[in-house]
Amino acid sequence: MAVPHVHPHDDGPGHGHEHSRDGLLGPRVGRGHPAAAVRAAAPGGETVTLEQRVLAKNEELAAGNRAWLAGQGIVAVNMMSSPGAGKTTLLERTIRDFTGRRPVAVVEGDQETMLDAERIRRAGSTVVQVNTGAGCHLDAEMMRDALTTLAPVPGSLVLVENVGNLVCPAMFDLGERSRVVIISVTEGTDKPLKYPYMFAAADLVIINKVDLLPYVDFEVARCEEHARSVNPGLRVLAVSATTGEGMRDWYDWVAEQY
Amino acid sequence: MSITQSIVDAVCERAAGRPVHTVRVRVGELTAVVADSLRFCFDLTTEGTVAAGAVLDIEQPPGAGRCRACSQDFTLTDLVLLCPCGSADVEITSGRELEIVSMRVG
Repeated sequence: MAVPHVHPHDDGPGHGHEHSRDGLLGPRVGRGHPAAAVRAAAPGGETVTLEQRVLAKNEELAAGNRAWLAGQGIVAVNMMSSPGAGKTTLLERTIRDFTGRRPVAVVEGDQETMLDAERIRRAGSTVVQVNTGAGCHLDAEMMRDALTTLAPVPGSLVLVENVGNLVCPAMFDLGERSRVVIISVTEGTDKPLKYPYMFAAADLVIINKVDLLPYVDFEVARCEEHARSVNPGLRVLAVSATTGEGMRDWYDWVAEQY
Repeated sequence: MSITQSIVDAVCERAAGRPVHTVRVRVGELTAVVADSLRFCFDLTTEGTVAAGAVLDIEQPPGAGRCRACSQDFTLTDLVLLCPCGSADVEITSGRELEIVSMRVG
């Protein structure tokens, strides 16, 4: 079966146009750094204009993944949260409920261990575990490699469980169709204001563990309001992956992605 | 750290073996990237490469937005998109940049 194929060395924007602009950085060169200042002052130095996005390479790879997924009619959803928000439980229930409806494949990102991958496999899904080691997020290259290994069938749903972290995963496009942030009612109502980048980058927020609302100090409406203050178009669903409450709304949302 | 790694990879590729003295980047104030952390990681990541010892020069464009309701331009200090007129329909016009501008080599 065909696998995503991208060319990381293709010229992207900013490549192939070197302009010598000696002196552009003149007054700033070497500020606070004697060794570099001495070297920079040497004759023959040249200023090379790059004007390229820092994450250009990741974006190219992500575009390759996105094109391949679209060609296969596969929807990939990037699921992000803090550790402990209930991502794996939500995935397990989704996989069980999708049995016989749509094939589900899972990319499981964690810094270490195969524990979550084993839970997902027991729930009945094909899964590939990506251990990022010291890395705090998945990137498009890991996604490409994971898809190659996973070989999801056309039309399937690929759920990507990103590393539990509300900062870095927001910056790395994987080529996914949509981005979901999961927060649980045992976290603070003000989480969207504390991690605005993540909520600004999301298409959907799932508020999980609503079965615990009677026991915690969490205001769903207020949390929604905070989330929309950084992302006015955001959809918000309240669910309990444990009891199944609200899960139908999540499945309906998934169906809308096709 | 992978942000820094991406910068250093791109710089070393373009330097093609020439020593790199200065790298200039543009990091908007509305990105989740902290300038001091970037500098710290840059020094670690460049070690052993042609960019070892290079100065990282960081431009930080401030956040700015334009209201789609009243067309007013205003400063944004965070991602809470609210125009002084009360509308939340705001387009971010500056502050999300994350770019490698140029470098000094040779």
